[in-house]
Amino acid sequence: MADKKHKLLEVKGLTMDFGGLRAVDSVSLEVHEGEIAALIGPNGAGKTTFFNCVTGIYNPTKGDILLHPKGLETRRLNGLKPNKVTEMGLARTFQNIRLFQDMTVLENVMIGRHCRTKSGIFRSIIRDKGVREEEQQIVETCYQLLEKVGLGDSANEFAKNLPYGAQRRLEIARAMATDPFLLLLDEPAAGMNPQETADLDHLICRISEEEKIAILLIEHDMKLVMNISNPIYVMEYGKKIAEGSPQEIKDNPKVIEAYLGEETED
Amino acid sequence: MLRDFKQSLLISAWFVFLTFPLMAVRVNTTDQVVTWRLMNMVWVAIGSFVLSYAWRFMLERKKVRKKTAEEGADTRSKLQIKLEDMSFRYKAMGGLLIVALVYPLVVNTYQTNIMISALIYVVLGLGLNITVGLAGLLDLGFVAFFGVGAYTFALLNHHFDLGFWMTLPLGGVFGCLLGVILGFPILRLRGDYLAIVTLGFGMIFKVVMENWDSLSFGPSGIANIDKPGLFGMDMNLAQSTTYIYYIMIALVVFTILITNRLKNSRIGRAWIALREDEIACVAMGIDMARTKLSAYALGAFWAGMVGVLFASKTTFINPASFTFMESAIILSIVVLGGMGSILGVILGAFILILMPEYLRDLSEYRMLAFGAAMALMMIFRPQGLVSGLRQKYEYKGTKDQVNNG
Ligand SMILES: Nc1ncnc2c1ncn2[C@@H]1O[C@H](COP(=O)(O)OP(=O)(O)O)[C@@H](O)[C@H]1O
Ligand SMILES: [Mg+2]
Repeated sequence: MADKKHKLLEVKGLTMDFGGLRAVDSVSLEVHEGEIAALIGPNGAGKTTFFNCVTGIYNPTKGDILLHPKGLETRRLNGLKPNKVTEMGLARTFQNIRLFQDMTVLENVMIGRHCRTKSGIFRSIIRDKGVREEEQQIVETCYQLLEKVGLGDSANEFAKNLPYGAQRRLEIARAMATDPFLLLLDEPAAGMNPQETADLDHLICRISEEEKIAILLIEHDMKLVMNISNPIYVMEYGKKIAEGSPQEIKDNPKVIEAYLGEETED
Repeated sequence: MLRDFKQSLLISAWFVFLTFPLMAVRVNTTDQVVTWRLMNMVWVAIGSFVLSYAWRFMLERKKVRKKTAEEGADTRSKLQIKLEDMSFRYKAMGGLLIVALVYPLVVNTYQTNIMISALIYVVLGLGLNITVGLAGLLDLGFVAFFGVGAYTFALLNHHFDLGFWMTLPLGGVFGCLLGVILGFPILRLRGDYLAIVTLGFGMIFKVVMENWDSLSFGPSGIANIDKPGLFGMDMNLAQSTTYIYYIMIALVVFTILITNRLKNSRIGRAWIALREDEIACVAMGIDMARTKLSAYALGAFWAGMVGVLFASKTTFINPASFTFMESAIILSIVVLGGMGSILGVILGAFILILMPEYLRDLSEYRMLAFGAAMALMMIFRPQGLVSGLRQKYEYKGTKDQVNNG
C-alpha cells in the first residue's frame, strides 16, 4: 500500500436507515489524492443519501467515515455538523441546485469564504483596516474562482437570473471557495445539454489537475463518467454492487443488469 | 383590453344588483314611505367599475413584468435605477437630513410628537429587519425586546435614579441578552413552529410584567420616569420634545449606519444565506447556531435601545404598551417595506405609523384598511415596496463600489 497514492476519504460499511427503509446498506468507498472517483447507479439507489451522510447532513445509522487530510491526523466525520465537515476541507454541490437565489453571483461565492475568514460583528461594524483588507481579499479570490468556471461576466447578477448550466457551475465555484481538498459533486450534469456537459467534463478535469482537488462525482448517466473518472463505484438499492476501472465496470454483468433492468422498467 | 372592460362592466352590474336593496331602497316604517336613492346606485356602479378595472390593469402589468423578467430583460423600476446611482443617493440623503433637522422648528409640538413615534418605529423596524428581513427568522414577539428596554430604564431610573444616557446602551444590552435567551430554545425550529414560540414569548413577557408586582408594579405601571437630560438644563414641554426628536434622529442615523455596515459584511452575508437556504448555508461552512443567535441578538439590541427612549419620552409605561398588536405592526413595517431593505423599512414605518395619525377620521376603519393594504401588497408586490438592491463589487479597479439599499 505504501507505494499507493495518499488516501483522503475512507468510508467503511456506511448504513443509513429511514424508519424501515435502508437507503444505504453497508457501502464502503475510498477516494485517493488526485482521483476523480465516480458513484453511479439508477435513480433511488441511495447515492445522494450517501453524500448527505458523508457531509454531515444526516447522521449515519452505522459505519465509519474517516477523513485523512494530508499532514494532519485522521478525523472521524460521523455526527459532525455540516459546517465542521466543510471546515475540514470537504465541500459539496447539490443535485437539486441550492443557490442563494436573491444574492448576487459573486456573493454566493463569497459565502464559501465565510469559514476561511474571521471578521466578527464588532469589527464588521467598525470596519477597521484588517476587515477592509479581508473583504478585498475575499472579493478577489471569488472573482478569480468565477473566472475559472466562466462566470466572471455575471458576477453582479442575481443567482436566480442565471441559466441552468451556469447555476450548476456557480455551485461548483461556491464549493471551491471553501478551500476543499475533496469535492463531492452530486449530478453536476443533470439537465445540461450535450455542449454544456462537455464543458463541464472539461472543467472537472481542470479542477482536478490544476487545483489538486480530488473529486467524488455522482452521475446518473454511466456513459458520461466513463471517460473522466477512475475508479467507478456502482450502487443499486442501497448496496454497492461493483467497483473498478471504467472497463471493468462496462463488462460487469451485474452493472449491465442494473441498467438494463431499469430501462425495461421505464 | 376590451375583455377587461367588459368584465369590469359585468362586475359593476353585479355589484349594483347585490347592493340594490341595501343602498337604494330606504323604507321609512313610521311614515310608510319608500325613498329611492338611485344616485347611490350610480356611485356604486362607478366605484366598483373603477376598482375592478384598476385591479385588472395591475394584474396585467404584473404579468407583463414577470414575462420580461423571464426573458432576462431589465425589470428594475426607475426609482430602483436611480437608487443605484451613488451620487443621487448621497444628495437625496443629505436633502432628507436637512428636512429632518428643520422639521421640529416649523411644526408644532403635536406634530413633532407624532414624528417621534414614527421614528421609534423606524428603529424598531430596522432592528426586526435584521432578524426577519436579513436572516429570515420569523419573530412575532419582537415587542418583548422593546418592553425590556423600556422597563430597564423605568426600573433603573425609579430605584437607582440612573439617567437616560447611562441606560440607553444598557437597554440595548439587555435586549441583546433576552434575544440570545429566546434564540437558544428555538434554534431548531422553523416556519410555523417558530411563529408560535416567538408569539408565545411576546405574550409571556406581557403576562409576567402584569403579574410580577414586586418587580414591575403590575398593570398600574411605572410613572414619573425622567426625560432625557441635557447638562441639567430645565426644559419646558416643547423644548424637551424637540430635544427628544433630535435624539431620535441621531439614533435613526446611527441605526442606519450600523445596520447598513452589518448588512454588507461577512456576518450580514451569512444571515442572508441562512434566509435563502439553510441547508446550503451550513454545507458552505457557516455555523448555523451562531448565525441565528447573532441575528436575534442584534435585532433585539435596537428594540432595547429605542425602548429606553420610549420610556423616557412617555415618562410612564405599563404592560399595555407591549401587546401583540405592536409586534404585528413592526412586522408589517418590515414586510410592507421590503424584507432586508433599509430604505423600504423606513418608508414602511412612515406609511404605517403616519397614515393612521393623519387619517384620524377613518380611525374606525383603520384595521380594515390595514388588512386590505396588506392583502393588496401580497398580490401585487409581494417583495415589498423596495427590494432587490444588493451590493455590487468591482474587482479590476481594486476599490469596491458600494451599492445597496
Ligand atoms: N430524508 C429521507 N427520508 C426518507 N427517505 C429518504 C430520505 N432521503 C432519501 N430517501 C430515500 O432513500 C432512497 C435513496 O434516495 P437517494 O439517495 O436520493 O437516491 P439517488 O440519489 O441515488 O437517486 C430513496 O428511496 C429515497 O426515497
Ligand atoms: Mg440523487
